[in-house]
Amino acid sequence: MTRNSRVILSLVGVAALAAVPAFADTYRTNLASEILIFGVLALALDILVGYAGRPSLCHGAIFGTAAYTVIYWVSTGGSLWLGVILAVAAATVLAAVFAVLAVRTTGAYFLLLTLALGMIVWGVCLRWTSVTGGENGMRATLRPDYLTSPGAFYYMVLAIFILSAALMWRVVHSPFGLSLRGLRDSESRMRALGYAVPLQAFIGFVISGLFAGLAGVLFAMFNGFVSPSSVALSQSVSALLMVIIGGAGTLFGGLIGAGLITVVADRVSVVTDRWSLVLGLLFIATMMVAPDGILGFFRARAMTQGGLPDESAEQRRT
Amino acid sequence: VLTFLTLNSLSYAAILFIVASGFTMIFGLMQIVNLAHGAFYLLGGYIGMLIAHETGSFVLALAGGAAAIALLGLGVQSGMFRFVRGGELQQVLSSVGLALVLNDLILIIWGGDTFSVPLPAMLQGGVQLGFMTFPVFRLFLIGVSIAVFAGLWLMLAKTRFGSVIRAGVDDAEIVDSLGIDVRRLFALTFMLGSALAGLGGVLGGAFLTLYPTADAEILVFSLAVVVIGGRGSLVGAAIGSLLIGFLATFGQVWFPEMSYFVVFGPMALLLAFRPLGMFGKRVSA
Repeated sequence: MTRNSRVILSLVGVAALAAVPAFADTYRTNLASEILIFGVLALALDILVGYAGRPSLCHGAIFGTAAYTVIYWVSTGGSLWLGVILAVAAATVLAAVFAVLAVRTTGAYFLLLTLALGMIVWGVCLRWTSVTGGENGMRATLRPDYLTSPGAFYYMVLAIFILSAALMWRVVHSPFGLSLRGLRDSESRMRALGYAVPLQAFIGFVISGLFAGLAGVLFAMFNGFVSPSSVALSQSVSALLMVIIGGAGTLFGGLIGAGLITVVADRVSVVTDRWSLVLGLLFIATMMVAPDGILGFFRARAMTQGGLPDESAEQRRT
Repeated sequence: VLTFLTLNSLSYAAILFIVASGFTMIFGLMQIVNLAHGAFYLLGGYIGMLIAHETGSFVLALAGGAAAIALLGLGVQSGMFRFVRGGELQQVLSSVGLALVLNDLILIIWGGDTFSVPLPAMLQGGVQLGFMTFPVFRLFLIGVSIAVFAGLWLMLAKTRFGSVIRAGVDDAEIVDSLGIDVRRLFALTFMLGSALAGLGGVLGGAFLTLYPTADAEILVFSLAVVVIGGRGSLVGAAIGSLLIGFLATFGQVWFPEMSYFVVFGPMALLLAFRPLGMFGKRVSA
């Protein structure tokens, strides 16, 4: 894509997203908010999965920690906006701690470690009943009066989504983003070139955690409720599936994945409450049929048909 | 109380070792972290419980649970993992999907209640140890795990199959080039590892009871064991199980709300200094 067509495409996308509340009823507007919230999470996770080449299974935990923090803060009488800042900070610090422990590993070990770390958070949320409410979770009304209507809330989420997406786009297209891609493609070469590989991965992890935390805060405001299932493995898995279905390393593919998974989850919940069964089957099917996701699939096709090769469509090593 | 806790830790470590040794064998040879291993454990437990109720035989329950999960493992290995495109990472991710599916199926079939595998009269009751009485079954557990350790060790050290596995852990490609059917080797190892999960499930079902999130708990603890012990190392798995068994048991008594920290704190510390675990070997790239 040329620069101009990219700008036009983004403007059309933003205009379409901005028009949603005008055409959708309350229910669909809320669904759209949810998609954008998980979109922020998926984009954040893609920095790590698609660019740094480190698929994490603990982003649900980081996301959920932010949600827990803001709800706990407000339910003990704190102000919302300070709570938001604290929650994002908590998620970022948690991501930094996890990053210190995990960045020296790659591949299966990285998955394994992030999974175990995420499980600790889940275990703590489940058992530390005096603070987290245990299995019952916690409830608090977070939205101030002017954000209670679905439309107003949607526009706030949209604004935050656009801002975070622009920032993340900036990050992955900066020299730092390029060096992250270098990590994904060949860590030993990056080391030979004099890059501090663990430091690069650490920074990538922390940035990713910060935005995941932001998504968690939005989710808490959206739902007004958080329970251990928000930090459970299935949360991390569904975020990862969003990234992979959309196409890892395409950044905005994450929004498509988020849309797809959220809509499917919503439709499935009408028919049956066996969502985790469907999610698992979807995951297996994706891994068998299209491990490069939808955007990856089309880009690969565009390349074979002589279209301009995009930098992200080159053969990915995972 | 201290002796009692110690013996409890040992029995918990016994379960962990049986489950984690299967996990680490699969991980060591194939680089596949089978994240459905916990679900295999739980399913094995439920199947063992069914068999025990139907036949009244605990031995049959153990054998049936292990055999059923071995077959499931064979099916998963040849039906799913081989068709997943891309590298090991995609296989690991698909095993997460499998874990979700199995877990939900278990919930559909058996519901959310807590069950327990019935024990034969022989293994019920306590045994007098001179200064205290201790449940016979827990001693039995410790015995089984020692037998499993000895069996696996003998197999790995003394048999041809074992030496091929050890060679495969070091370099599967070279083993392939020596004319050994690696696909068959992988299938057999995956079956063996799965059988251990099933066996652990039946034993664990009698000791720790069966309930829907038990798979996640055993999986995380097995992960910790393997991370501490190192990929594919039997001795590492044994030492890791002992460590985790003690930390989990004592942690739960002394800091009930924070028991996860007690277990994973030392693991994190160890990893900061030895990313591949105590006995881990570098993966040949």
